[in-house]
Amino acid sequence: MKGTTYNPQFSRRKFISSLGCLTIGFSLFRPAWAEADNVLLEDTLPGSLRREPRLDAWLEILADGRVRVLTGKMELGQGIRTAIAQVAADELDLNLDQVEVHLVETGRTPNEGYTAGSGSMENSAMSVRYAAAYARQKLLDLAAQRWKTEPGQLLMANGKISQKGKKQTLTFAQLLDGTQLKDEVKLPIKLKSPDTYRYVGKAIPRTDIEQMVRAEAIYVQDLRLPGMVHARVVRPPAYRSQLQSFDEKAFAEKVPGLLKTVINGSFLAVVASDEYQAIQAREVALKHALWSGSPIVLPEGENLDTYIRKLPARSQKVKEQGTLNDLDQADGKTLKASYFKPYQMHGSIGPSCGVALYKEGTLHVWSHSQGIYPFRDALAKMLGLDAEKVHITGVPGSGCYGHNGADDAATDAALVAMAMPGTPVRLQWMRDDEHAWEPYGSAMCMDVEARLDEAGKISHWRYAVWSDSHSSRPGGNPGNLLASWYLSKPFVPPATGYFGGGFRNSEPYYNIPNQRIDAHAFEGPLRVSSLRSLGAYANIFAVESFMDELAVKAQKDPIEFRLAHSTDERAIAVIQKLQEMIKNEKTDKNEGIGVAFARYKNVASYCAVAAKVAVDKNSGAVKVLHMWAALDAGEVINLDGIINQTEGCLIQAASWTLKEEVQFDTQQVSTRDWLSYPILRYSEVPTVEVAVISRPELPPLGAGEAGVVPTAAAIVNAIYRANGKRIRHLPIDAKEITG
Amino acid sequence: MEKDLTLKVNGKSRTVRVDPATPLLYVLRNKLQLNGPKYGCGIEVCGACMVLMDGQAMPSCRIPVGEMAGRTIITLEGITRPNGELHPVQRAFVQEQAAQCGYCLNGMVVAAVALLETNKKPDDETIRAGMDRNLCRCGTHTRILKAVKRAADEA
Repeated sequence: MKGTTYNPQFSRRKFISSLGCLTIGFSLFRPAWAEADNVLLEDTLPGSLRREPRLDAWLEILADGRVRVLTGKMELGQGIRTAIAQVAADELDLNLDQVEVHLVETGRTPNEGYTAGSGSMENSAMSVRYAAAYARQKLLDLAAQRWKTEPGQLLMANGKISQKGKKQTLTFAQLLDGTQLKDEVKLPIKLKSPDTYRYVGKAIPRTDIEQMVRAEAIYVQDLRLPGMVHARVVRPPAYRSQLQSFDEKAFAEKVPGLLKTVINGSFLAVVASDEYQAIQAREVALKHALWSGSPIVLPEGENLDTYIRKLPARSQKVKEQGTLNDLDQADGKTLKASYFKPYQMHGSIGPSCGVALYKEGTLHVWSHSQGIYPFRDALAKMLGLDAEKVHITGVPGSGCYGHNGADDAATDAALVAMAMPGTPVRLQWMRDDEHAWEPYGSAMCMDVEARLDEAGKISHWRYAVWSDSHSSRPGGNPGNLLASWYLSKPFVPPATGYFGGGFRNSEPYYNIPNQRIDAHAFEGPLRVSSLRSLGAYANIFAVESFMDELAVKAQKDPIEFRLAHSTDERAIAVIQKLQEMIKNEKTDKNEGIGVAFARYKNVASYCAVAAKVAVDKNSGAVKVLHMWAALDAGEVINLDGIINQTEGCLIQAASWTLKEEVQFDTQQVSTRDWLSYPILRYSEVPTVEVAVISRPELPPLGAGEAGVVPTAAAIVNAIYRANGKRIRHLPIDAKEITG
Repeated sequence: MEKDLTLKVNGKSRTVRVDPATPLLYVLRNKLQLNGPKYGCGIEVCGACMVLMDGQAMPSCRIPVGEMAGRTIITLEGITRPNGELHPVQRAFVQEQAAQCGYCLNGMVVAAVALLETNKKPDDETIRAGMDRNLCRCGTHTRILKAVKRAADEA
């Protein structure tokens, strides 16, 4: 998703946040006028609600008196269903079990684009909050008419409305008598005051975890439609290889149970009624297909850092402030360093899966895509169908952490289903499909140079980043669907994806008078797209490692050095909270604690991270023992959800930092399994501790990504404290520790 | 070549007509409609497909179903008590909210149940070692460790 999650049109809330009166810790911050009236009047609607203002697009009153909330977002394991239910239950005075949440489905729920960028609370949950609050007003108005009284004489509790002092009650369904609320949501809307919330802000348990431990069918991988067949896709040996010949007859003779071979240009898939037979068919097909070599030779053996800097690049100035004329002086006050982050993968534990059925002119698809509507538009164009003839239902899959193989696997399933009208097709990628064909997070290089003034503060800062795109999400463009490249009428991936993610967090969130930030966009050798936090992880790895290097040069404590350059009180609060969390932590010989800070996208959540590492000087092994995070994500919807996401961010990003690098030869990706692309295991994961600073009166800023951002820098800074080695190249190489 | 094979799964005898070379995973998922074991890697390195085989936590993605004669198989479904009550490990996962996407959870619960069968009061290191074959990408490891500890304490 382009742009930022920050919505400047939340003008009153923005005003509140700019007052600067800040309560540090875990208490409630409330502006004076909220106390007076117990409600907040807001002056603009959340974006999703402006686009889809009808109440019944968001809320359905069920016959049994419960309420169904329709969201345009997807459950990715972040617990969005629970968070949205909490918001709706509080505004409508329902018990939590009286709310059910329907995930994104085309033609059924609002179109809210992608479930990405940590924006679901700010967009979807806030739209639900306003819609539910407006529905509450409408329901009270209707009840007042029914009983010929004033809304002020009515009470609403546990999904029922009653008159003060009277026993008679009405459920919402009884009041509406089989109809729905179809009004357009309009301002003014009275929102509940945060101090009256029963659910929002609390650590409400997710109900789907019990379904998981009971092995209920909750994933797209678990869908079983009557008569469903199993398909597998047969990928070429390289991105640009073409199918030259395939002896279908000889192949079919060798494969028991084969139902169909689907060939469309260089797209090849096999179908069997038995899943294992489909898997065997894929193995045999791989041997029978003759492919052309790739016309593109990947830069195997070259230093990727050097290679990507030499690629043709579109350059843009991200920021210029003051002048850097005085930066280069031979007086020993300047410092310069270069950093590198390799290609890394989403690495979902469950390979992507799609189920599709083409029936009576409509294609039905079940997918765990993060962007069901944009995917629908791209898929319809690829297949030459009207968008209304493609119906996609969002069903959870394995965690994705960005744009992984979800859309592509569903596209593969759709292509097979189109060739087998009336038959439901389940197509799951094999492990090597996911490892070798998902779109990776781009490799990136970062150069930083800075100057300290007499007082040891940073006066000048020059930064440059080299990166490929960070989004090739479907976005309605069929060229972004992997299978489309291979069709007999192929589509071409758009040349320039969304590059903004490449310089995300490239501007330091510190007070530095003279700055220049440049970004260089290249088109690299591997397929790339959005991976959790996009370029922010690599940029903050560079910025916050370099802040540590500067602190050393200035002979300052790294935390005090950061505080001395910080002006935003919320930033100062999380850094100080982190300081408090680690103040009694002791380190042994060969151990060190490092810290780093970022405000995600420079407009979203604030996060300060510390890592404690143990370094083995002889083997070069680095073990991350413990990590801490202090987070301010604005209003907390589900406290345990935020903590869970942040714990996961720390561990996943520690894994990226310590171990992960996509590797390739001249033709193809060679890291095709968990042996060649290992991730952290139990014996290696740190213990983690998260503190959340809650700000109930400020907009929720999302917590799905903020924790990954400072993690690499915290770890390498800890290594420096442990043994004086400065790591600037990821993943951490044992040779650099011993060398 | 397909054959009739009789398997002992979750306390019941089940006869399936299947090629004996088929890995157990696909028989459990597709012939017996069980959701617990999940396909993850196909080479026994991620643990998503784990089941209890004669009480041991074993991957099911490679082992041919033909080798299951006489062995007792319990899947995540069978770990739930017949009256629907959760096993202490399952209950602890819910209490600790030890999941994000939950795709790996099957193997995690299976591995933990097997571990606690052999070691009633494992220390942290033993739990980590016992769970080391299971991968999680969401980073819920520390919650799962707490859940296993809680299950051990409450059992």
